[in-house]
Amino acid sequence: MTTYDEMHAAGRKVREHYAAYDRWLAEQPGDVMKSRRDEAEMIFRRVGITFAVYGAKDEDGSGTERLIPFDLIPRIIPAHEWREMEKGLKQRVTALNRFVHDVYHEQAILKAGIVPGEQVFKNAQFRPEMMGVAVAGDIYSHIAGIDIVRAANPDGSGSYYVLEDNLRVPSGVSYMLENRKMMMRLFPELFAGHRIAPVAHYPDLLLETLRAVAPSGVNEPTVVVLTPGMYNSAYFEHAFLAQQMGVELVEGQDLFVKDNYLYMRTTQGPRRVDVIYRRVDDDFLDPEAFRPDSTLGCAGLLGVYRAGNVTLCNAIGTGVADDKSIYPYVPKMIEFYLGEKPILQNVPTWLCRDDDDLKYVLDHLGELVVKEVHGAGGYGMLVGPAASQAEIEAFRGALKANPSNYIAQPTLALSSCPTFVDSGIAPRHIDLRPFVLSGKTVQMVPGGLTRVALKEGSLVVNSSQGGGTKDTWVLEA
Amino acid sequence: MLSRTADHLYWMARYTERAENTARMLDINYQMSLLPQSTEAAEQGWRGMLSISELTGDYHRRFAAIQPREVMDFMVRDEANPSSIHSCLRAARENARAVRGTLTTEVWETANTTWLEFKRLIATGNFHRDPSDFFEWVKFRSHLSRGVTLGTMLQDESFHFLRIGTFLERADNTARLLDVKYHAAESEFFGAREQREQLEVDFYHWSAILRSVSGFEVYRKVYRNVIRPEKVAELLILRPDMPRSLAACMNEVVASLGMVANEQSVETLRRAGRLRSDLQFGRIDEILATGLHAFLTQFLDRVGDVGVGISRDFLVPV
Repeated sequence: MTTYDEMHAAGRKVREHYAAYDRWLAEQPGDVMKSRRDEAEMIFRRVGITFAVYGAKDEDGSGTERLIPFDLIPRIIPAHEWREMEKGLKQRVTALNRFVHDVYHEQAILKAGIVPGEQVFKNAQFRPEMMGVAVAGDIYSHIAGIDIVRAANPDGSGSYYVLEDNLRVPSGVSYMLENRKMMMRLFPELFAGHRIAPVAHYPDLLLETLRAVAPSGVNEPTVVVLTPGMYNSAYFEHAFLAQQMGVELVEGQDLFVKDNYLYMRTTQGPRRVDVIYRRVDDDFLDPEAFRPDSTLGCAGLLGVYRAGNVTLCNAIGTGVADDKSIYPYVPKMIEFYLGEKPILQNVPTWLCRDDDDLKYVLDHLGELVVKEVHGAGGYGMLVGPAASQAEIEAFRGALKANPSNYIAQPTLALSSCPTFVDSGIAPRHIDLRPFVLSGKTVQMVPGGLTRVALKEGSLVVNSSQGGGTKDTWVLEA
Repeated sequence: MLSRTADHLYWMARYTERAENTARMLDINYQMSLLPQSTEAAEQGWRGMLSISELTGDYHRRFAAIQPREVMDFMVRDEANPSSIHSCLRAARENARAVRGTLTTEVWETANTTWLEFKRLIATGNFHRDPSDFFEWVKFRSHLSRGVTLGTMLQDESFHFLRIGTFLERADNTARLLDVKYHAAESEFFGAREQREQLEVDFYHWSAILRSVSGFEVYRKVYRNVIRPEKVAELLILRPDMPRSLAACMNEVVASLGMVANEQSVETLRRAGRLRSDLQFGRIDEILATGLHAFLTQFLDRVGDVGVGISRDFLVPV
């Protein structure tokens, strides 16, 4: 299988948008990259840009905090590619928001027979509590993270594909921002020599988005970020975004409901909350409505929400649209709701709930990637070409036992990008997660978070499984 | 601001200050232990230290005898001792981490770096090689934390709760330090021992206390006199211009409390104000007439009472 390399075309020829970087890299003395990497690590640790590893303990008894490895070599996207991708992302997220609204109201797309009703109603992420509930601006996924990969075509060119939509609580944007800050600090000369589109205004766009969806009649909304707390793996990001937007970072214990409004406990008494950027899953938001053992949410929140007295970002029930079993229908949604041709392609997908598809998948397990419909974080998946015979057989059993729990896709050779590893500079596979904000309008900052699989040959980019990140440069023409 | 946020800020400041004062006390005891003195006297110093920190029982559950090295280990790096410098710096950092969005980047990084560096100093054995140097480091990290707070934070509620934490803790710690002689000798302020010997003992004892609060030069400057116990007590209890005195601490506490007052805090403010006035208008001879230990014990109770009131009125009730 051929791999598309972001920097080098056939015959090691450097692609045009990497030419200036390549010249700069060639001039660097041997140990510069190594010492810069050490410097970056030292700074990340001091700043505390870490993620918690569940279940692990440090030698000092506190939860383990790890750095996400940061790679010094940027992923560069030329201007014309980004323009297309941006259009495609906005189109896709707009359609997905229309779909969620439709599911919880008219269900026109189900009635038209385009998406099978059982795919929606049997989905654990479908929330009947949301039926008929009016949400501000009819927007459900205010913050969406769309995972994109590039794979090689037979002629050597590459095509972008959407691998996954994340419409619930996508994370990673803080790394996008911190990686850029780090690169500007380590390599200011590179920024002088390139026209790199800035990303630092993301928190501003986010705040604008959150304010735009405040309950009607609230002119100066109080916006908060709701975190599960400092031991959550993404706590750094929650604190970072709250600080950058200048809003309170609250935990469930800080909130309470009174007379169908939501309040937070402050040193000056109760204060009303209008918009919650929540980084807590649906299940934990309200112990009275969802999991009764949750201490991360606030009792009675759902009632306040349904009455339209507080806005949740993202809305409850968006998971119905980012499920892997709904994913194959997204191109059709775009046509159905917007009357447009999809700009971004889906990866061809077999739905194992379908008998013909299941048969094909079982016959080709060694070539395919099989994923659990609700899996995340790179868990619960089989990468056929990299798996042992025993692993394949184990998955075959699981598939037969519960086919509708799985989908399968061809093994895409994710594109590679030169990466600074122990043996020097070598290609490693990458993906991209751009973030799409939907408020009054749909907005983005150029680029996103590039994740890189640091292990040679690995296609798993998740930070929980040895993935790292890179700065992502969108060049301005 | 969120009550929980205020709570984290308050405790972050208290733990930072407590780590500093523990380092100050340990350093003085360590320095004293280098002077020629009887084993009994040396042991008294360490015992007094454990006693004023209310840790005698905890210590003896772990160790049989008072050994300088063991006491220092217990007070510096023992994770099970909630008052050790280890526990204080870690708690300060954890509290800071819980509200890092409320702190300026510099304040957060100071707390985080202090903790990371502390673990390194212990692991590399720097602390045992040169305890004084290590204690100096703890003090300077605390100075840095306070300075960075003053130099970078907006003077809003966050700032005031940090200040309240700092000075309430310092008031408590200075009072305990002054009471150390009572705990060490288990006798009242003016001892029953023979007068001549007592004078010399007094000099080293009271000058050590002065040094532990960076007050030796200050004393000479203010009194231009030999070290007299009643003057030391006056300096550390009543002088409002002495930054670690009880009067100075309570002035800060009352001023900051006034900035954050809310509907339910009237009584707490009244009690803090009254404590402050007692210091403002008090006289050292009156205090000594009632007995220093009695005065300090009562002061600690009243400071504790103000602390409970602050938690109840503003923070997460203890």
